[in-house]
Amino acid sequence: MINFILKRISIAIPTILILIIISFILMHSAPGGPFTSEKPLPEQVLKNINAKYGLDQPMYIQMYNYITGIIFNFDFGPSFRYKDRSVNDLIAQGFPVTLKYGSWSFIIAVFFGVSLGVIAAIRQNSYLDYLSVGFSVSAQVLPNFVMAPILVLIFTLWLGWLPGGGWEGGKIQFVIMPVIALSTSYMASIARLTRSSMLEVLNSNFIRTARAKGIPKYKIIFSHALKPTLLPVISYLGPAFVGMITGSVVIDMYFSTGGIGLHFVNGALNRDYSTIMGITILIGCLTITFNLLVDIIYAWIDPKIRYDS
Amino acid sequence: MLSVKNLFVKFKTPEGVVRAVNNISFNLLKNQSLAIVGESGSGKTQLAFSILGLLDKNAESQGQINYQDKNLLNLDERSLNKIRTKKISIIFQDPMTSLNPYMKIKKQINEILIYHNSFTNEQATKESLRILDAVKIHDSRKTIDSYPHELSGGMRQRVMIAMSIICKPEIIIADEPTTSLDVTIQSQIMDLFNDIKKEFNSSIILITHNMGIIKNVCDNIMVMYGGKTMELGKTNEVFSNPLHPYTKGLLETVPSIDQEYKKLKTIKGNPINMISPPSGCIFRTRCPDPSHECLEGTSTNALIKIKADHWVDQCCVNCH
Amino acid sequence: MIILNKKFNEIEKNISKIQEVKGRSLWHDARVRFFKNKAAVVSLTTLFLVLLFSFLGPIFAKWSNEEIDWSVLGDISTLGYPSIETGHYFGTDELGRDLFSRVIQGTKISLMVGIVGALIAVVVGTIYGATAGYFGGRIDSIMMRIVDILMSIPYMFVLILLLVIFGRSILMLFIGIGLVSWLDMARIVRGQTLSIKKKEYVEAAITIGVSHFTIIRRHIIPNLLGVVAVYATLLVPGMILTESFISFLGLGVQEPNTSWGALISEGAGTMRYGTLWQLLFPLFFFVISLFSFFFIGDGLRDALDPKDR
Repeated sequence: MINFILKRISIAIPTILILIIISFILMHSAPGGPFTSEKPLPEQVLKNINAKYGLDQPMYIQMYNYITGIIFNFDFGPSFRYKDRSVNDLIAQGFPVTLKYGSWSFIIAVFFGVSLGVIAAIRQNSYLDYLSVGFSVSAQVLPNFVMAPILVLIFTLWLGWLPGGGWEGGKIQFVIMPVIALSTSYMASIARLTRSSMLEVLNSNFIRTARAKGIPKYKIIFSHALKPTLLPVISYLGPAFVGMITGSVVIDMYFSTGGIGLHFVNGALNRDYSTIMGITILIGCLTITFNLLVDIIYAWIDPKIRYDS
Repeated sequence: MLSVKNLFVKFKTPEGVVRAVNNISFNLLKNQSLAIVGESGSGKTQLAFSILGLLDKNAESQGQINYQDKNLLNLDERSLNKIRTKKISIIFQDPMTSLNPYMKIKKQINEILIYHNSFTNEQATKESLRILDAVKIHDSRKTIDSYPHELSGGMRQRVMIAMSIICKPEIIIADEPTTSLDVTIQSQIMDLFNDIKKEFNSSIILITHNMGIIKNVCDNIMVMYGGKTMELGKTNEVFSNPLHPYTKGLLETVPSIDQEYKKLKTIKGNPINMISPPSGCIFRTRCPDPSHECLEGTSTNALIKIKADHWVDQCCVNCH
Repeated sequence: MIILNKKFNEIEKNISKIQEVKGRSLWHDARVRFFKNKAAVVSLTTLFLVLLFSFLGPIFAKWSNEEIDWSVLGDISTLGYPSIETGHYFGTDELGRDLFSRVIQGTKISLMVGIVGALIAVVVGTIYGATAGYFGGRIDSIMMRIVDILMSIPYMFVLILLLVIFGRSILMLFIGIGLVSWLDMARIVRGQTLSIKKKEYVEAAITIGVSHFTIIRRHIIPNLLGVVAVYATLLVPGMILTESFISFLGLGVQEPNTSWGALISEGAGTMRYGTLWQLLFPLFFFVISLFSFFFIGDGLRDALDPKDR
């Protein structure tokens, strides 16, 4: 088990480094510097600015400083757009927001997705099953950017129950729609995956053995069928996590929730390289850490992996 | 003790209805053992599954399976659970996939005792170790803490057998318990069955396609083909005086050491397609000497009594 | 030898007898199964109609996608509604442009991005995955490690980074989407190649001295086709979703071009002013097309891999 974790970590660290290097090279291969795009600045001023941000040094030194800055001080450097704010400030302000509705969405998607899938599989070909299948099929075409306007249309414009945007420190009425918009399609995918996985497990020989033992049905499902059912679901959690973090960009834009996605899009529209890069790297690290966690959970459930590696 | 009367099992599949078991009847007495013999697809496994209500969802069974004055086919899941393993247990064909790969052996055996005998976990572990020793697993302490994939096929089948006898059931159904094992392991497992029979006084239904392994274990034999009984009787009687051509064929396929080298006999033709079985006598497409009636497909199958302990299909008697 | 030959002939006769019963080809069987699947057939028809709409639609359009209808500009919500009399069958957008023509334009671009993106993914992914799978060993583990690393990078952020740095254009969008989308394909193809390689018929071919090239051509590629076809069909909606996501954020297809994502974004932004048609028409085409692709993909999978039935 420890070997397995070490092996995974040994993949994760170079991945993060590669991500940083790729984004750094991309950023520096951009035509013109970050300060050349708009109105031309006097040469001396440009020089001073470049010096201030360390842009006059050779690229490998800049890269070295940048990487060591992130690793040792968790410092993503200054924002190229907002003079008085660092990328860290933007992240510190936006991340709690993203974390709040993001984690709610994730928990809801996983919990309801798995429950829906399990119920549908146990009651195969019942109304509940058809409902669950219908939901998971339709939600495939309802990604966050479709769900968000539909929700606002129904709950804000027609019913007037919920505010169409804003955050207000995360009051419940401001969180509901972002969470639904973000979680729906993933909930559906998880339900679909759980259902087909559970049906397959329930058809396997060892479940017949468990039935022959005469233990009650709920026990068969929870102690025999659930673990193997969840394995494919667990390997889907990584992509789901990435998808939701990506989706948070749309949520922040559409609901003006002010999470990191907002700073990302603003950064993208304003060519604020250091901000986009900082956020990309932060999210990359989060994703990679999360995938590591998922791998460990997977190995913990599946004894074959645990012993093989 | 267990009497099966006019049992039918059919499956609805996208290709059509499969009639796996057609009008099967037999009695199993206490301390007796019955062998059910036939090729793959003859319906013997589905017959076994229907006794314990383990058929797939698309199956439908009719008839009677009487045990302790109850028809098992009419019982609900809860009442059936009281009988499963506790009174009637089953050993499956494939020990490689029949154990839960995500659970230690300990938990898989213990849960039976915890549920049926209300044992605590410690009591159950103690009893499990005892029973693993009884089925001749060396180093039972190590085995009980293993996952199935760490054990060999023979070991897994021993674990399956241990689970099936742990509640000292009255009837043990063994569905091809040795098919996927090496020949040397096969004979060890069959010896184990003989020991179990003596020690627990259980009745055994042994399902197999191998005539060679049943002679020393089973009192009675039932030969099945296409979901129907072809021949039924005392093992000695049937072995020494087989009447049905199918039984004869099966007996001839058993290789023997004392024979000189010669080509192993086979039964001509292939097992029938159960979605569209031949009309009339089910065996007529493979019968070495079909009658005129059989060829036309107007004959019917039914058992008739030849002797006190020997029944055979009427079609075969009429034909020859 | 003669006896052996005789025996082989006998066996061959027997085998061919059995074959007579099920002598249809895999593809013929698959076609029959596919056309028995109602959802797939309806989807195929729908998709065909959408395509027809995007090609023949301009004949019926009274307005081009660039003209501005000055008579409705200024009061879109009361005058720009869908009507046959004004010739704006789908109404107009916020700038007084004909939505019918805009939707046609968006449909063309979205479908093109989806299909071209999927094509890039198929070509790159198949070559990469088949190479890794066929040669195996060290080459395979290095190639797949690279895929693993690339997969754990949150690609949408990198894609946006690319778009920001190299400018937002359809070409860049193609390159960006193509760069990241082949990873899944490579994995699937590699897994499939590995399993085909272990099949007895390939081993048999190797033992009788068939060359690498012939094995790849006669055994590997024909057996890969099914999987590739299924995932290619499922990749198209994936590409469309990616493109729409980016365009929804305003970072993808730029004016005067448009796509479903961009149109949905515009509609979602303006629906508060009572111009619901601006959201619903593009959304309708987006939803039915995605549905169709998903159902066709599912239908193909069921048809080519009948074990799930």
